[in-house]
Amino acid sequence: MGEVILTMKDIDKSFPGVHALDHVSFEVQKGEVHALMGENGAGKSTLMKVLTGIYTKDSGSIIFEGKEVEFHNAREAQDAGVVIVHQELNMLGHLTVAQNIFIGREFKKGIKIDDKKMNEEAKKLFDKLNIDIDPTETMSNLTVGKQQMCEIAKAISHDAKVIVFDEPSAALTEAEIQELFKIINDLRKQNLGIVYISHRMDEIKVITDRVTVMRDGTYVGTLITKDCTKDDIINMMVGRVIYEDPKSKSMVAPDAPVVLKVEHLNAGKMVQDVSFELRKGEILGFSGLMGAGRTETARAIFGADPKQSGKIYVNGKEVTINSPEDAVKCGIGYLSEDRKRYGIVVQKTVAENSTMAFLENFVKGLFIDKKAEKDIAQKYVDSLATKTPSVDQLVVNLSGGNQQKVVIAKWLVRDCDILIFDEPTRGIDVGAKNEIYKLMNKLAEEGKSIIMISSEMTEILRMSDRIVVMCEGKKTGEIGIEEAKQETIMNMATREIK
Amino acid sequence: MNKKNNVLSKFNNQKFIVLLVVIALFIFFSIMSPNFRKYTTVLSILDYSYYIILMAIGVTFPLITGGVDLSIGTGLICYSLAGGYLIVHCGWPTWAGMLVSVLFGVLIGLLNGCLVSLMNLPPFLATLCTCMITRGLGSLCSKGFGIPWPTAGTEGSWFRNIFKITVGETKYPIGFIWMILLVIVMGFVLNHTKIGRYTIAIGSNKEAAMLSGINVKFYHTMAYVISGFFAGLAAIAYSAVFATVQPGSGAGFELEAIGGAIIGGVSASGGVGSISGSLIGVFVICLLKTGLPYIGLQANWQQIITGLVLIGAVLVDILKKKKAVK
Repeated sequence: MGEVILTMKDIDKSFPGVHALDHVSFEVQKGEVHALMGENGAGKSTLMKVLTGIYTKDSGSIIFEGKEVEFHNAREAQDAGVVIVHQELNMLGHLTVAQNIFIGREFKKGIKIDDKKMNEEAKKLFDKLNIDIDPTETMSNLTVGKQQMCEIAKAISHDAKVIVFDEPSAALTEAEIQELFKIINDLRKQNLGIVYISHRMDEIKVITDRVTVMRDGTYVGTLITKDCTKDDIINMMVGRVIYEDPKSKSMVAPDAPVVLKVEHLNAGKMVQDVSFELRKGEILGFSGLMGAGRTETARAIFGADPKQSGKIYVNGKEVTINSPEDAVKCGIGYLSEDRKRYGIVVQKTVAENSTMAFLENFVKGLFIDKKAEKDIAQKYVDSLATKTPSVDQLVVNLSGGNQQKVVIAKWLVRDCDILIFDEPTRGIDVGAKNEIYKLMNKLAEEGKSIIMISSEMTEILRMSDRIVVMCEGKKTGEIGIEEAKQETIMNMATREIK
Repeated sequence: MNKKNNVLSKFNNQKFIVLLVVIALFIFFSIMSPNFRKYTTVLSILDYSYYIILMAIGVTFPLITGGVDLSIGTGLICYSLAGGYLIVHCGWPTWAGMLVSVLFGVLIGLLNGCLVSLMNLPPFLATLCTCMITRGLGSLCSKGFGIPWPTAGTEGSWFRNIFKITVGETKYPIGFIWMILLVIVMGFVLNHTKIGRYTIAIGSNKEAAMLSGINVKFYHTMAYVISGFFAGLAAIAYSAVFATVQPGSGAGFELEAIGGAIIGGVSASGGVGSISGSLIGVFVICLLKTGLPYIGLQANWQQIITGLVLIGAVLVDILKKKKAVK
């Protein structure tokens, strides 16, 4: 490890009512990958936004390459060589790859933008990084992984000296993550300082040199990655001990009735001849790589997308599901992976969200029975331990984990017995994750049946009683938790890929 | 392989289909009505298309940012009245009156831009307000009376020749040449200059554009300034074609321009669009407007049919997006 390139000292930042950063210090050396960890709301993103001038600090100092600096906006930081690769990709879908990379500093011939030169320069950049992307391709046609490569190329083209990766792997497949790591390793060799923000413990161990942990806006400590264990880091993050052990055996009675049976389901390219059974009180894990067709299968079952063929039986009876409305009537609830878009209405209260799927039950004459609505919402706030000051709180003000609980409450209010959880803990921090897991286990014990789609292997192994594996739209395996191993599942998940 | 795809996609292009629609409409009306096939009809279709084309070229920019400019219709009348008043009642030379019209348009465009980009008003609301304001201002400028810009043959009427010249007995619609030139120039601006690139960027993902270090507020404002500028040019085109400009009119012009742009492939949600597409789209509307009376359908029908065509165009846009998601 080399000299220090960036030091943030005693950074303090308050928003109205929140002390977001409480005298936090952080440093990055040349040629190191420094993980910045902490639960959601710990202040990682705020710290990085202060660094890149999106927020202004109240006090403290930033020393970059030996000089005290203060960036006033992302542009200034970029020009100095401090670049963020954002978690939500900042791409302009309608423009080409090269146009995206050079946005804001186009090459020009007179007043004309020189697209030809931009394409050439982009090509050179990709060659240097060993990435195979056509610079003239429209951005929205690329996979998320490729789009991220473009973001990285863009960062490097800024002559970056410090690159901040904000949860870069959240939307990537396993193969794409490997590619990303290769690039990060190259950058490390070129003596760049790299900040790596992620929730995924496994990645931290693989890719980073040091780990700095934050909690509730304060600095907790910095560790050398190879000298610490996962549990050390988690303990620092949450201030308590959490074990992430796999489930050792199925919790479902062998004679439990089949509540949902899907036979030869076909829906577009992504769902081909999928059959499986779900038993009462079972958590059925759906594993596979990104784009394996798991979400599409769930959406087809739920009636959100059209099916070409296939039969669905609920409690032994064949049912016709052509719309989510039909599915809900059969007692199937779907918790989308994209909560904000499909799960909740963030500008409405907890109570309003809780009854949204079953409003007709809370109507007296022409009016909504606000009292009954609040009562039922309160009941589920209590039983799910949702952290909210009241049921009148707007959902937008809750943390990710608690928003997820509101979505769960919505389907429980509707009395759904079959719940499809699509990536239930995406974007949820470690502590809240654990609560969601407990909650799912409790629901299963109470006799609800759960399909859990997850891209996190640890989550699949920890929660499932049985695991269905998909690849390229086909079911490529089914395995009980007793025999399930990470390697077997990975094998099944890549079976169809040539 | 890639080249081939490009050619194919051109044929799949909405623009191309709409061009076929324009030709088909023209042929249809020509067959249905002998009067329609006359040179004078073509001349009058073109005459009444210029101001809509100009508005459509301008409004394409706010539309591509994902916004809209509703003030161009009443604005056009307002700018024309202001310029005309100075020429007719204050003895200003024609060129000065024209300049005032255009600058007035730029000013209102600037106001729209500031309301949208600095004050964060929704474009629909901001330009609805300036639509009302320009309507009132127009009447105020002309003291409530109609303004006849200098009529053909009188002094200072040379501006009418910009769009149509008479050589011997024949009239030539040279305005169309200016339209084509402007379409080419603005097409270049949209596709090959910073203003255009950033207009698309804002419509594509405003947040991302901002984080890329683009001065989003400036370029967002510029889209409305361009729209206002072209509404000012449209005011001149309108004054040149009509004998008298009436205060209080103009509401609804903007819908023909916006409708044309959307038929021509501008996405109602921003990020996508072309100037040439907008031009072709306007001709669908103009042909319907002029052609339907020739086959015995009144103006009401023109509006109903234009509305239906617009629904079709928006549906195509939605379908395309769905396909893209898949």
